[in-house]
Amino acid sequence: MTIHRDDLADKFGMWLFIFTELLLFGMLFVVYAVYRSMHPEAFRIAGEELDVAMGTINTVILLISSATVAMSITAIQKGDKKRCLQLLSITLLIAVIFMVNKYFEWGAKFEYGFYPGSDVLAELGHGTILFFGLYFFMTGIHALHILIGIGLFIYVMLQVKNNKIHQTDYIWLENTGLYWHLVDLIWIFLFPLFYLIH
Amino acid sequence: MSEETTHMVPYRTQLAVLLALLVLTGLSVAITQLEFGSYNTLAAMLLAGAKAVIVLAWYMHLKYEKQLFPVMVAAVFVIFLLVLFVTFFDYSYR
Repeated sequence: MTIHRDDLADKFGMWLFIFTELLLFGMLFVVYAVYRSMHPEAFRIAGEELDVAMGTINTVILLISSATVAMSITAIQKGDKKRCLQLLSITLLIAVIFMVNKYFEWGAKFEYGFYPGSDVLAELGHGTILFFGLYFFMTGIHALHILIGIGLFIYVMLQVKNNKIHQTDYIWLENTGLYWHLVDLIWIFLFPLFYLIH
Repeated sequence: MSEETTHMVPYRTQLAVLLALLVLTGLSVAITQLEFGSYNTLAAMLLAGAKAVIVLAWYMHLKYEKQLFPVMVAAVFVIFLLVLFVTFFDYSYR
């Protein structure tokens, strides 16, 4: 007896989940757009507080990790388990580095007193409070997605190692890849909207 | 069992896509360091949009999926733009 499998339906389900994610972040972008249009100058000045170099590094490494996930799927399709695990290890490592960078980035902000509800922000007016509120909320939810991604990659790597994910059955890897590209996709918009305002 | 024949994207293509994404990232950082006023944001958003399309098409395999998938993704973006439009319509004419 063969177990019924429907990869297309699995992928379809993953995309439906991705749509809810796109709309979740999409609506936050709408909030951002409205408040920025109301406080353009405050957003511009507050945006210059963010570290462009750090943002760029995180953008670049996240793009590289997207490439390694995509390549790990090619590897499993070729039946190259070793290469697949190598590529997933790089992805996992990059996800961890992203979080380490985030820790230092947020840490520096907290040190200067830029955190939600701080006295420093309260003195800088509504626009700045809104900018940093959105910054912490949106990059925070994004970082939460990175953490979940780390968990998913550990699970998927174990499954590949134990031959549960293999050349003819790799939908788990494919859907995890889709998830990771979504995380990258959101960052593609977060980066210019927060770090590159001038 | 699934009857799908899945498309295999060669390593070379994926590295070429990565290169394109990195170039666009460099471009958006460079362009926003210049003073174009509000055009900076427009340029940054157009470049981000281009990157998004590349990620969706190649890395998320929309280029190789059944047509239903890209149509649904486009629909989600249309919903997003409609909400954006309606929200601004509301805020502008209060």
